Amino acid sequence: MNERIIGRVQRVNGPVIILKGVRDARMLELVHVGDNLLVGEVIKLEGEKALVQVYEDTTGLAPGEPAYGSGMPLSLELGPGLLGSIYDGIQRPLDELLKRTGTFIGRGVSANALDRSKRWRFVPTAAKECLLNAGAVLGTVQETSRIEHRICLPPDISGKLISVAPEGEYGVDDIVAVIDTGKERRELTMVQRWPIRVPRPARSRRPPSIPLVTGQRVIDTLFPLAKGGTVAIPGGFGTGKTMTQHAIAKWCDADLIVYIGCGERGNEMTDVLTEFPHLVDPRTGKSLMERTVLIANTSNMPVSAREASVYTGVTIAEYFRDQGYHVAVMADSTSRWAEALRELSGRMEEMPAEEGFPAYLPTRIAEFYERAGYMDTLSGAEGSMSIIGAVSPPGGDFSEPVTQHTKRFVRCFWGLDRNLANARHYPAISWLDSYSEYLEDVSPWWTDLVGEGWAQDRKEVVELLRRETRLLQVVKLVGPDALPDSQRFVIEVCSLFKNAFLQQNAFDDVDRFSSPLKQYRMLSLILAYWRRGAAAIKQGVSLGALRKIAVLQDIVKMKFTIKDDDEEAFAKLAAALDRAMDRLESAYA
Amino acid sequence: MPKLKLGPEAEHRLMAAREYRGLARIEGPLIFVRKTHPVGYRELVECVDSGGTLRLGMVMDSSDDLVVAQIFEGTQNLTLPDTRVRFTGKPLSLGVSTAMLGRVFDGLGRPIDGGPPPKAEREVDVNGRPINPIAREYPRDFIQTGISAIDGMNTLIRGQKLPIFSGNGLPHNELAAQIARQAKIRGGKTDFAVVFAAMGVKHDVATFFTRSFEETGSSDNVALFLSLADDPSIERIVTPRVALSLAEYLAYEKGMHVLVILTDMANYCESLREISTIRGEIPSRKGYPGYLYSDLAEIYERSGMIKGLPGSITQLPILTMPNDDISHPIPDLTGYITEGQIVFERDMAGRGIYPPVAGLPSLSRLMKDGIGKGMTREDHPHLASQLFAAYSYVKDVRNLASVIGEEELSPLDKKYIAFGEFFETRFINQSSSEERSMEQTLDLGWEALRRLPAEELHRVTDEELDTWYGAEVGE
Repeated sequence: MNERIIGRVQRVNGPVIILKGVRDARMLELVHVGDNLLVGEVIKLEGEKALVQVYEDTTGLAPGEPAYGSGMPLSLELGPGLLGSIYDGIQRPLDELLKRTGTFIGRGVSANALDRSKRWRFVPTAAKECLLNAGAVLGTVQETSRIEHRICLPPDISGKLISVAPEGEYGVDDIVAVIDTGKERRELTMVQRWPIRVPRPARSRRPPSIPLVTGQRVIDTLFPLAKGGTVAIPGGFGTGKTMTQHAIAKWCDADLIVYIGCGERGNEMTDVLTEFPHLVDPRTGKSLMERTVLIANTSNMPVSAREASVYTGVTIAEYFRDQGYHVAVMADSTSRWAEALRELSGRMEEMPAEEGFPAYLPTRIAEFYERAGYMDTLSGAEGSMSIIGAVSPPGGDFSEPVTQHTKRFVRCFWGLDRNLANARHYPAISWLDSYSEYLEDVSPWWTDLVGEGWAQDRKEVVELLRRETRLLQVVKLVGPDALPDSQRFVIEVCSLFKNAFLQQNAFDDVDRFSSPLKQYRMLSLILAYWRRGAAAIKQGVSLGALRKIAVLQDIVKMKFTIKDDDEEAFAKLAAALDRAMDRLESAYA
Repeated sequence: MPKLKLGPEAEHRLMAAREYRGLARIEGPLIFVRKTHPVGYRELVECVDSGGTLRLGMVMDSSDDLVVAQIFEGTQNLTLPDTRVRFTGKPLSLGVSTAMLGRVFDGLGRPIDGGPPPKAEREVDVNGRPINPIAREYPRDFIQTGISAIDGMNTLIRGQKLPIFSGNGLPHNELAAQIARQAKIRGGKTDFAVVFAAMGVKHDVATFFTRSFEETGSSDNVALFLSLADDPSIERIVTPRVALSLAEYLAYEKGMHVLVILTDMANYCESLREISTIRGEIPSRKGYPGYLYSDLAEIYERSGMIKGLPGSITQLPILTMPNDDISHPIPDLTGYITEGQIVFERDMAGRGIYPPVAGLPSLSRLMKDGIGKGMTREDHPHLASQLFAAYSYVKDVRNLASVIGEEELSPLDKKYIAFGEFFETRFINQSSSEERSMEQTLDLGWEALRRLPAEELHRVTDEELDTWYGAEVGE
């Protein structure tokens, strides 16, 4: 090992340890501690002492054992081989750990993040003698059948391309290009390293304008997220955070998914691992695993690696963004990350702020979400990273610090409601608490797709839901019979809207994903029933008669029976509804 | 100074023989020892008092000259000058073997049933190690418990961790014992074992379980670890870890299907808080340490199935919610780690319903992949969803009825009231010795739904209505 000894252990107390006799350690330097070479990071320097956060279990570590400095910050290996991988919080491949230490995770294992034995077909695209900017594309590797991995210059290197490898099979450590930076000659491989805590640079930020289509109706129609946007999903346990995250990871129209299981259940990661390879992306017909990178740091894995896992995830996402892809990051759950911060802060004996969380919690949350965005990348392409962060508020109480601070830095909020979840209304996204600031940004996109009516129709249905809430409060006091038919009809339509539109069955082959067009057709049908029904009631048609029209059953079941973009079926249903309403009205005329 | 060239392990063993006499400080269950050789974090400590009695402990904090250790048996009668301390150079371990089934142990794994210590087949570190997520097998096989509230609505899956959130005075022990008695896996005989860990529970509770196992003649397949209410509270920190170490051995090395009952997790968390406070750590909610979540996860995540291995660990932790408050940190953090929860409702218990399982907040997360065609019955997923939805509406109707009176309800709402009544008193309610087959449970569910008109049943398909809702449409 060519690392230098930077000090010796003085005190061990859980995952944070103190080194003594430290002279040349750097802040945030990657270190290996003790005879077992546990991975850690320097988080504080004071005189001849250094505080190190260790990413592995420190059982057995004793004072006096040496610590070795690596001379560089905790960094990731970025290059071909990332897709379809599953890593722990500090980018050690879990399949490699399995080979080395068996079923149970051992300690002190260092493993390459990228497979060294694999050969990739590199196709050069940059011409020799060209002047290349930082981030420029050198060549490509078809990593999976759907993702072309673009090999770019690292963001801190630019210059004249002296030579580039011809098309052929290369390992990730083979030199594929030589650059004259003006000061020196740099030999480049297909791998670059990047420190996890430093955002990767982009040329400029663009305002978000394209929705990230998730296929979930309550999201796309009521509270849309834009590509490059940020959203928080808070909810108590059992309200369906993970289910919602899984549904989005499966069906959203991002090019790539980075799924961070941060301090959550082991079996949930296993679920993703066993399910994703068998699921087929409706848009490309390819396995979903081909576009997915998993970071798994389950709740029983070391807490400091949990803290690092979210940065590992976003750094990988930024790397693909820089290649011109739209990447969606699922962070499940950011509360566990915040709690890891709290635990480490406690071990460092820092003065706590709210509920024991460190005072820098809001800063860290802001830094994390601000790494999202829709960018012009250094290579001149457009790419985006969206962050979808689950929040697990203690007791389901949204007033706690993590939810509150997260709300300050995200522009979209999908609040999960315990009562909806209890009634098994999934996704349990509350239409009262949730909001999206991207509504205005993505409206033009919808207008292009379905015409002028979208924003208006959406507004109308939201207004109906608000009216219903007020009416239900009255109903609670006096019963529904005390209301006039016109008001009871509002409740009736909203209940239809909830059943037929907002509820979505993640396990039904048709219902699990709705195209934007299908969503709009469904919305239009329900609103047509509302508009014609409200007019009919004015003419004296009874609520009972309106409830009984047979076509209503077809509307309730249209989410299961009508496939995406089956325009004909929707037109038929609309015509049937019109005929039924015509008959009713003529009977009362 | 020339230094002896020894490997770290050998050096450690050599040093481990060193014994220190005298303590620097004693505070609660913690002892502070001045020492001269390096002592590992979480190392096992042997501590001998002036009377010669041996106590065990664990290193909590190790620095150059001082070690803080917690003593599991408590520190009463220890003196500063006369106590002798040995550092063993290894973490607390348990000698495990299949011969431990049918035996009773204390909270640290030492036999207390009068028999000799079972011959250890292997020594394992009780702290365990995290299972690599890719080594896990996703659990899918349901366990039939014969209890409708569980089989029908919150199906238990082999390898799941499903806690019972109860309250003082509610029949959680009866339910846990009933599950342990009746749990069956369809088709196929398998090696089945129960590992029972009691943390701070009353003697009566321990006796209840022992007797319940004896009555069914299953006590040969049960290992009990008892850290009772009058045992030192610090011991409880280790008890679940000791029990799970045996469970892991039986499941992953001996291929058995192990059901682990941990009661009462609330007591475990209290002990954790006690120690945290003595150590002067910064508390988070309600004085519990900030690492309560991670600590609980270390326990609960020691369950599941491993790829390529036949055995499984199913966990059934019991916890009494302080003041019946589900948002209290203990049930709250538990719910975030476990795969669902069975929640008891005092009101239902008051009305004589057993098991008093609250319909709506109870949940089994792994149910979705373990039920339906080829597993339980094809109508099960939609039936359960429909029962939940209808029962949820019953709650609304009851609220309304309490305001305007039941007579004023619409005819449809009255049908919901009838459904709710049937659901609670016939479907949920059963005796603690009654064992229903899965078919009986599902048929009973349809019988409940027949109180409602078919148009109200949005969550079942037309075919299911034809087959199961049947000709006897509710009156």
